[in-house]
Formats: sequence, structure tokens, C-alpha cells
Amino acid sequence: MNLALPALVPALPAFGAAATLATGKKAPGLARPLAIVPVAVSAVLALVVALQLGTGQTLDAATRLTPTGGPDIALALHLDGFSSLISVLVGLVATCVQVYSTAYLKQDPRYPSYAALVSLFTAAMFLVVYSGDLIVLLVGWEVMGLCSYFLIGHHWETADARSASLKAFLVTKLGDVPFLFGIFLLGADAGSFRIPDVLAAAGEGRLGHPTLIALLLLAGVAGKSAQFPLHTWLPDAMAGPTPVSALIHAATMVAAGIYLVARLLPVFLLSGAALVVLAVMAAVTMIGSALCALAQDDLKRVLAYSTVGQLGYMAGALATGDREASVFHLVSHGAFKALLFLAAGVVIHAAHTNSISAMSRIPGLRKRVPDAYWTMGIALFALVGLPPFSGFFSKEAVLTAAEHAANGEALTNSLGPASAVPQAAGWIVLISAALTALLTAAYATRLFLVAFHSPAVAGAAVADHEADAPYSPELDEADPATAEPPAMRWPLWVLAVPTMGFGIAGLRSDWLPALLDGGSLRPSGVTAVTGTGLAVVGVLAAYGAWRSATARLGTGRPAPAAAGRVPEQAGAPAAEVIVADPGRTLLGPLFGPARHGFGVDRLYHALFVRPVAAAARLVRFLDREVVEGYVQGSGIGANLLGRAVRLAQTGNAQTYLSALLAGVVLLAVLVAV
Amino acid sequence: MNVAATLLAATGSLEPAARSFLSPTGQEIVFLLVGIAVLGSAVVAVTTKQLVHAALWLVVALGGLAVEFLLLTAEFIAWVQVLIYLGSVVVLVLFGLMLTKAPIGRSPDADSKNRWVALAVALASAGTLVTLVVDAFRTSWIDLGAGGGSASVTGASLFRNWVLPFEALSVLLLAALVGAIVLSRGSKRRVPAPRAGRLRAGRPVGSNGTVAATAPRPAPEAPAATTPEQEG
Amino acid sequence: MHLVYPAVLAALLFAVGVYGVLARRNAVLVLMSVELMLNAVNLNLVAFDAWLRDSLHAGQALTLFTITVAAAEVGLGLAIVLLLFRARGTADIDRATALGDPAESLATEEPPNGAEALKGQAAA
Repeated sequence: MNLALPALVPALPAFGAAATLATGKKAPGLARPLAIVPVAVSAVLALVVALQLGTGQTLDAATRLTPTGGPDIALALHLDGFSSLISVLVGLVATCVQVYSTAYLKQDPRYPSYAALVSLFTAAMFLVVYSGDLIVLLVGWEVMGLCSYFLIGHHWETADARSASLKAFLVTKLGDVPFLFGIFLLGADAGSFRIPDVLAAAGEGRLGHPTLIALLLLAGVAGKSAQFPLHTWLPDAMAGPTPVSALIHAATMVAAGIYLVARLLPVFLLSGAALVVLAVMAAVTMIGSALCALAQDDLKRVLAYSTVGQLGYMAGALATGDREASVFHLVSHGAFKALLFLAAGVVIHAAHTNSISAMSRIPGLRKRVPDAYWTMGIALFALVGLPPFSGFFSKEAVLTAAEHAANGEALTNSLGPASAVPQAAGWIVLISAALTALLTAAYATRLFLVAFHSPAVAGAAVADHEADAPYSPELDEADPATAEPPAMRWPLWVLAVPTMGFGIAGLRSDWLPALLDGGSLRPSGVTAVTGTGLAVVGVLAAYGAWRSATARLGTGRPAPAAAGRVPEQAGAPAAEVIVADPGRTLLGPLFGPARHGFGVDRLYHALFVRPVAAAARLVRFLDREVVEGYVQGSGIGANLLGRAVRLAQTGNAQTYLSALLAGVVLLAVLVAV
Repeated sequence: MNVAATLLAATGSLEPAARSFLSPTGQEIVFLLVGIAVLGSAVVAVTTKQLVHAALWLVVALGGLAVEFLLLTAEFIAWVQVLIYLGSVVVLVLFGLMLTKAPIGRSPDADSKNRWVALAVALASAGTLVTLVVDAFRTSWIDLGAGGGSASVTGASLFRNWVLPFEALSVLLLAALVGAIVLSRGSKRRVPAPRAGRLRAGRPVGSNGTVAATAPRPAPEAPAATTPEQEG
Repeated sequence: MHLVYPAVLAALLFAVGVYGVLARRNAVLVLMSVELMLNAVNLNLVAFDAWLRDSLHAGQALTLFTITVAAAEVGLGLAIVLLLFRARGTADIDRATALGDPAESLATEEPPNGAEALKGQAAA
């Protein structure tokens, strides 16, 4: 195929970004077309490239970019089924997001810079997906991080946005430094930075330090894909505009880490320890985030924690050695999570609040935003993982992979021996994935019921949000006249299509499996039943808790779980529970900690932020008092010296003359005597 | 005199021991006594608390020096010393004392607080010089023949050998004269001479220089704030 | 005559003049002491002329010149002293210290400007 096409795919949005930045101030009318058209064309081109590449083929092309002292850096292209699939996903979601943003940020004065950054971000993600050279991939990786920083901080007038963007940047950078070293080590071991060479070296066992490399790379993945312990930035990143969350924090950037591990899975398969570490990370992330999602009041934070958990699913699938399942889940999650975020944006705009407890008190909200209501329902259905939507199939694929790995027959699809995956990894992933399926169903149901189906309570005071819940509101810049502007509506339906149908398409063995590694993606019978059963249990538990909470709401009796935690609700009046929140019932005493992310933020603050701030204060003190003291001291010293010398300047001519003559006499004595 | 004779005279004759330091000649004794007087009056001149007396003691010192000059056979110079120094310089000094309103009688602050340093420096320089001189000229004797300093000899020498410096000196004197006049004329801000004229109506101050222009009577006395003019 | 007599007398007279120049408060008295120093020089010149008896009579000629210059100098010097007296009201040399540069007291001295500005920024 013509190499110009794959080269254009990352290049077009980049040029679009440059053009938008250049013309943003002078020709604001051009901003919207320049935002949408390059990305849309790129998406179409990505589809064309994917179709041209077909299934089961790989395209490699490279040209040397920079000679270094060691392995050279090449501008390389590596296209295969994985890159085809993900690039189409990225193109689709990016186009939908750009169209959506034109309405969502209609009154934003900084729309051109926003659109340019989204385009630049898209270009960087395409670069990561298409790149055949690790250093070029790293460039795309870092540009994405940069754009994420700018975009989260788009509303930099608010302190929330500023601190969230900085936090995102710092935490991901914390992971990116070991990541960089991992890449260097990998390049050094394999003798080249090009991905085919690295994979060949891994396959032939020529890598000297696979565990170290894998662990270093995992640090970067943990940062970028928001896994424990570097997950804290993602919930706070919800301070950015909702389309940004849809693109970056649901479908693309956070998927980059998963994509990288999938790309380099042969390297990871060389180290069982790394796989176990990945499994443990995924397990903790999955369960922890699901519990937190069950307790959040802010709609976007529920979705953020949900993203973290679903990424844990994908990481777990990778830990069991099956990258097909992981990427399958990545694509279907990308579709429905982006849909969820975009729909959430519509709902937030209509309700003028992020808080589901506040939404619960708005009567008839779902009548105001019917499209968002239905598409959100579809997406939540997919999230819960019930057939026949895509979420069911992708989640089952993960569970199947875990089950096989637990039995010692990991589905590595000829990337490595099945014995490379420790059974422990398989068991960890299996159990935690199953538990998470239950919790996911619970929080998805809670979200849907509390936001849209709460009975109106007459005379209840409408607080903006619950007093003790973390809450990151954003500026509402959509058209206030309509609750659902058209540009915000049809991207929802566009994304609803893959949400519903992508899973079924995955069953056809000549399409998706052929595109990926060739293994079958059909769910096994046991896991299908178990997974669905657990999901149904979660839904019913949440529904039941909600019913009892609503009933109590009607009678005015406080929830039993609330009675023992009065300090948490210090803001609200003692006996009056004005929200029917099944989360309190389901979580019981864990509700408070879950709401605040189990204190991980506070821990990091105490462990890292406070010492660094103290060190900064110490440095400032040293500079002000010690170094400055020397500087001032030199000034004072010169002053004193001058004062001492000036004592001789009496102005009295006789004094001067005496000194002069005394000197002359002295000299005469010295010379003559 | 040729060079050899000069040198011979300079190094002293080769006669043994007719001149010895321990047996002074008459001239030496007189010289010594007058020298003591000169030195004593000089010391008093610089230490006395009465300023006018200091000038008078200076007279004594300078006069004594004239006697010394005579003893050294330099008559012309001795008389010039009397004429110029005693006649004009000291007079000038006395005028200066008068015009600067020097206190008559004792003034307790005639010496500045510098005097101890001054004493030390003076003693040190005295000691150094005397040591050097005595050490250098231990064996040198002056041959005092009369007539070496007479007016005719001096005059002939001046107008044969020292004409140019002599003329330059006269120019110097002229310059000093002119300079002294310029210095003592005072600043430019001078009150203009009063004009004769009618009584004028009130004029703003400064239009014609001073208030004096509007008054009929001469007012050379500027207000006390301005520098007192002293025509002199 | 031993050359030492006039030479030592001149040296001592010179030293007395030095003391007078450095120790006296009134400007006119300082000029007087300068005259003493010049006279010491004259004595030296005459003595050495008598000793050397050169054909140029340089010593005596120079003595005459010195006397003349001293006279001119004292005239000008007194004119200057009179100017000083007119300007200051006193002929006291100890009062004529306008060319001096004494150190101010510590209380009136202000700290360097840089520290003030920095502290101001820190507070702001």
C-alpha cells in the first residue's frame, strides 16, 4: 500500500492543530472546521489503511532518523491488526469528541487552543499506535501526557483544574521516568529500538534482563493507565471538560499503556515475576476502584473510577498472557466509556450539576435529556457486562483468559509458551475479575437509579452536592437554551452502535480474531454463566438497596448504616437523609473511606508532598538567610571597610601633611640607615 | 678657580689638625651662640600662645639668621634678608594677623590637637637630618675668606650667569602681584554703585540688581547674609 | 668653620618649622612656620656656597631667588588666607575640613537596597 496513507494519519491532525493555533485569534470562524475536518479525514484514512492491510498481515517500514552512539532511532511504521483496530477506535472517538466539543464548549473563549490540543493529542496517539520504533513511540507518549496536562487544565481559572492538571502531569511523569529507563534497557539488550527487532530478540531469548525491563515498563504503564499505585490522578482529572475525559481518560491515552504491554507482550512473557506483579496491580486496582465508584457523589468521578477498574481488567488480561482479550476489551470499553462520558456531559449540562444526589432531586431529568438517558442506559448495560452488548463479550474474554491461565493453559496465542504465565497470576486475576464484575454491576445500577429514577421528595432542600464528597465542577459552556444540542446528540448514537454490536462482531472468527492474534474470542460456557450471574447479582443487590433506601426516604427514617458514622455527615442535619443512596447500604462502614479513595491521596500527600514542600521551604530559607546573608554581608563588609578608611579623611590639611612627612622620614631612615 | 682647587678647598686642606672640632675658632663660637638664639626664638615663635608675639619672635629669628649670613661672609644676602624678610614678609604677616582678626593676648587654642603627632614628626625628622648631616660632613671645613659674598661679586655673578632666572623671577613676582590683586578683589556678586537719581516708585526686587536701586540713598552695605565685601 | 654648624642649625630650624606647620591652628602662623623652613634652606645654601666657592656662586644666587619666591609666596598665601577668612569668618585651619569625607554614624546609615526589596517581595 502507499506509505503516504499511514504517514498522513498522524500528520493530518498535527497540521490541523498547528493551523488552529495559528488562526485561532485571527479567524475564529475557522476554528470549528479546522478542528473537525483533519481528525475526521484521519479517521477515514485509518479505516482505509486498516482495510487495505487486511487480516493476518504486518507492515514494517523504517527510515533512520537519528544516529546515536548505540542503537539508532528510526522513523518507523509497524502496522498490524492491533494498530488497525485501535487506530480506527481512536479516529472514531476523536471525531465524535471534536463534534461534541463544538457544542459543549460553544461559549468558551479559548476554544481554538482546546481544539488544537485535542487534535495534537489525537496525532500523538496515532503516532503511538502506528510507531515501529520505541523512541518515536515515547515521543508520542510524552506529547500525549503534555496535551493531557493542558487539556485537564483548560479551565485554569479554577484552582481544581490547576491542581488536577499538575497532579496528572506529575504522577504520570513519576511513572514515565522508569519507563524511559525500561526502554533504554530494552534497546540496549535487543541492540535496536525497533519493535520488530525487539520482539525477535525477545522471541529468541536474547534479552539479558527481561524482569527488570518488564518492571520498569510496568511503572510507566501504571502511571499512564492509572493503575494502583499511580491511579490517583484520574479521578481528579475530571476537573477538565467532559469531552476531554471522554477522549483522553476513557478511550485513548489511558489505553496507550495497555497497548504498549500488548505490543511488547513477548518481552513480558519472558518474566513470570512481572506478570504476577501486573496481576496483583490489576487486582488491587479493580477491586479498590469498584468500591470507590460505589461511594462517589460526582457523576464523572464514578465514571473515572470505573475507567480505572476497567483498565485493571485489561491489565489483568495481559497478566494472563492473552493480549487479544485485553485489546478486545480495550476497544469495546473505549466505545462505551466514551459514550458514557459524552452522555454524562449532556446530563450535567441539563442538570447544571455534577452531583448525582443533586440530580436525584431534579424531577423529570430523564425527560429533558432522552437521548442521553437512553444511550447512557445502553452504555451502562454494556459496562455491567450483560449480553448481548459488547461489554459482555469482552469481559467474558478476559475471564476466559484468566480461567485458562489459572489452569496452566494460558492463551498466549503463540507469542510465548503457555507455561510462561504463572498460575498464580491467573487465579488472582480470575477471582478479582469476578468480584469486580459484581461490584461494577452494583455501581452502574446505583448510578442509573439515583441519577434518573429517584422519586421526587417534596420540600427537600436542594444542596449542590453532598458536603463531604469530593466534587470537581466544571464551567458549563454549552448553549443554555437547549438541554441536548444536536452536535451533542448524534455522537452519542454513533458511539452507541459499536457499544451494542462490536461484541457480536467479535465472534466471527474471520474478522476480529483474524485481525488480532488468531485465537478465538468466544466465551467459555462456565465463565459466561458465572460472569453473567455475578453481574445479575450485583444489579439486584443495588436495586434492592435502592428500593429500601427510597422507602426509608419516604418515611423519614435514617439508614441504619448511617447511624454509626454521624461525623461523616456533619454537614447535614442529623436524622434527615435526603438522598436514597444504595451505596451507603451496600458498603456499610467502608462508605466513608471509599468516598475519599481509601486515603491514598492523603498518604501520598504525607509521604511525598509534605516533605518536598518542607524541602522547598528549607531551600528558600537557606537562600534567603544563609546565601543572602553572605551577599548582604559582603555589602556590609565593604561598607565597614569604607567607613574604616574614611576615618582618615578628616579634611584637616595638617593631619594629611603630618602623615606625609612621617612617611617621608620613615623612608629616609630606611634608605639611609 | 679650577676644579682641582675647588675640590681641594672642598675636602679641606691637607694640613693636619689645625682645625679640629674640639677647638672652635672665634667664628664658630659666635655662630654657635647666635644659632642658639635663632633656634630658641624659632621655638618660641612656634609654641607661644600669643599670636602677635609669635610674629615678633619670628623677627628675632630671622634677624639672627641675617647675622649668621654675615658670619658666613654672605653680606649681600644678609642685607637682602633683613630687607625682604624683616621688612616686608613679617610686615605682611602682621597685616595678615590683623586682617584675620587674630586675638591679641593669649589664645588658648593656638595649637591644634595635631601637635603631638607634629612633635613626633618634627623630632623624627630632626633626628634623621642631624644624624645624616653629621655623619656626612664630619670632616668638612668651610674656608671663610672675606669678600666671597659681597655685592659686587654677587651682582656680577647674577648678571652674568643668572640673567634668565632673574628675569623669570621678575615675571613670577608680577604674576604673584596680579594674583594677589585678583584674589583679594572678592566675588562677582557685588552691590552696584549707588546712582544719583530721583526717588522711584517701588520696583520689584532684583530687576535692577538689588533693593538699593529703588532707594535714594546709597546702600553699599549689602545685607549681612551676603559675603561681606572688603575693598582692600 | 666646621660645616656641621650651619648644617645642623639648618636641620634643626627646619624641624622647628615642620612642627609649626603641623601644629599651629591659625593659618597665618602656618605661613610663618613655612618661612622658617625656607630660611633653614637658605642657611644651608649659603653655608654650602661658602664651603664650595664655585664660580657660579650658585648657592648665593639660589638663596636670593628663594628669598624672592618666599616673599611672593607669602603675599599670595596671605591673600588666600584672607579669602578663607572672608568665607568662613575664621582663619582656623581645623575648621576648613570641607574636603574631608567622614563616616556617618551608624544610626543614620541605611541598609543596602537589595535586601529591602527582596524582603518586600517575600512579604507580598
